[in-house]
Amino acid sequence: MAEKVLMKGNEALAEAAMRAGCRFFFGYPITPQTEVAAYMAKHMRKNGGTYLQAESEIAAINMVLGAASAGQRVLTSSSSPGISLKSEGISYLAGSDLPAVIINIQRGGPGLGGIQPSQSDYFQATRGLGHGDFHVIVVAPSTVQEMVNLTYDAFDMADLYRMPVMILGDGILGQMMEPAEFPTESSRKLPAKDWATTGTKGERKKNIVNSLYLDPAELERTNFERYERYEKIKATEQKAECFMTEDADIVVVAYGAAARVAKNAVLAARDAGIKVGIVRPITLWPYPSDTLKEVAKTAKAFLSVELSMGQMVEDIKLSIDCAKPVYLCNRTGGMVMKPDEVLAKIKEISGGLK
Amino acid sequence: MKNEIVIAGFGGQGILFSGKVMVYAGMMDGHQVSWLPSYGPEMRGGTANCSVIISDSPIGSPIVNDPEILIAMNLPSLDKFEDAIVPNGVAFIDSTLITRKVAREDVKSFYIPSTQMANDNGMTGLANMIMLGKVIREVPGFELDSIIAAIKKVVPARKAEMLEKNIKAVEMGYNYEG
Repeated sequence: MAEKVLMKGNEALAEAAMRAGCRFFFGYPITPQTEVAAYMAKHMRKNGGTYLQAESEIAAINMVLGAASAGQRVLTSSSSPGISLKSEGISYLAGSDLPAVIINIQRGGPGLGGIQPSQSDYFQATRGLGHGDFHVIVVAPSTVQEMVNLTYDAFDMADLYRMPVMILGDGILGQMMEPAEFPTESSRKLPAKDWATTGTKGERKKNIVNSLYLDPAELERTNFERYERYEKIKATEQKAECFMTEDADIVVVAYGAAARVAKNAVLAARDAGIKVGIVRPITLWPYPSDTLKEVAKTAKAFLSVELSMGQMVEDIKLSIDCAKPVYLCNRTGGMVMKPDEVLAKIKEISGGLK
Repeated sequence: MKNEIVIAGFGGQGILFSGKVMVYAGMMDGHQVSWLPSYGPEMRGGTANCSVIISDSPIGSPIVNDPEILIAMNLPSLDKFEDAIVPNGVAFIDSTLITRKVAREDVKSFYIPSTQMANDNGMTGLANMIMLGKVIREVPGFELDSIIAAIKKVVPARKAEMLEKNIKAVEMGYNYEG
């Protein structure tokens, strides 16, 4: 490990992407993620890559599709309204089985919304990032260091499973500075990209990248195959961090920046003698259902802490088959709860349990 | 050690920069640190503020709602954050730009005419560093040497001529008696 450097989350994402071998970035500026593009503009060229500010988000995502087809590690990044614009292209990437990494540094919505931090693109990221039957892997860092580590892994998972991976952050994580260090290499073994359209040189059969299937039986077959892959991903890639959950009566579930706020509240609640812990999902798709199922054996209640109208509550309920009550502590539209608000909710639930 | 700090003032006063120097110093001294700016339209000349946390345990929320230390460099900032300071907290006030006193009696307050001092010494724009110098003098846990080392890290090479001025400004605040 190298020396620790102090970086904004957005800059750390960009630096980590280049170190992970990303040589193409196509994007369009939008607060609060613009530093990703700005850092790329400054550094991509001397790393031998291409940075291009496209004329729109739609153009950028289709440039991503082109670079990915040629087997290159490619990144685009945006914030909520910009991601909506990219969704058509993301569906095409998924339908073409192409690896790519997409960053969403969320801001308040819907519509043009605001520019302050939010987690209200949860449904979009985990369920509906475009039309058709598909998923993308969604990772949710909660520190600048984790933004670095998950960027390496996002590129690896994209290549390994031949699918888009989204890094889902928010305005707090994008804008804050924390120390980070950059690992020299990633650890996964990856298959050769023998499907890429790199030119046959007259020596092999041509590769075709495509998402158009006019024969419904063939389209159904590709969807079935893709969902078999998804099952494998669900079995192997679920990731969550547990904190003080062993003896917890109340389990807070929170990801990203909200998990940091929740952690302050959990520590304060422990000081007040309440048995509470946190499960912090690191992957949002696949959702860490196995961890929640395990925790639900002993927990009496769950509390989702999130910067949305409660979009993650469904995944908690589905994971534990509604076996325990799931409460919600939330702010939205760019507002962030104080630890005291979470603590009050924990105390309220704790009172009801006795 | 745990310090939760809010630095607040106008955009252009170097609010975010002085926070950056603080966290760099904290990091080089082996502490956990976080820095979170206000972002958006206020960067373009309205109020600017940043949350700084320097701690010996892992940092949860990077948002400082209730600062132990407030550095206020204009009146709207004092008005906005005065009530949020924790009991027995500390306030550092740029008394050139803020003419009123801190009303809280459970807060220890220092008044530094830093904008005037900067202007009088050919250091216009470095009131932020004068304030920082006073903070490290009065708050345990900060060392002058670490702050100077941090300034050397944070001032970009193309602005090398600013290095000495920044250091001098910090020293001026450090040595200010008042």
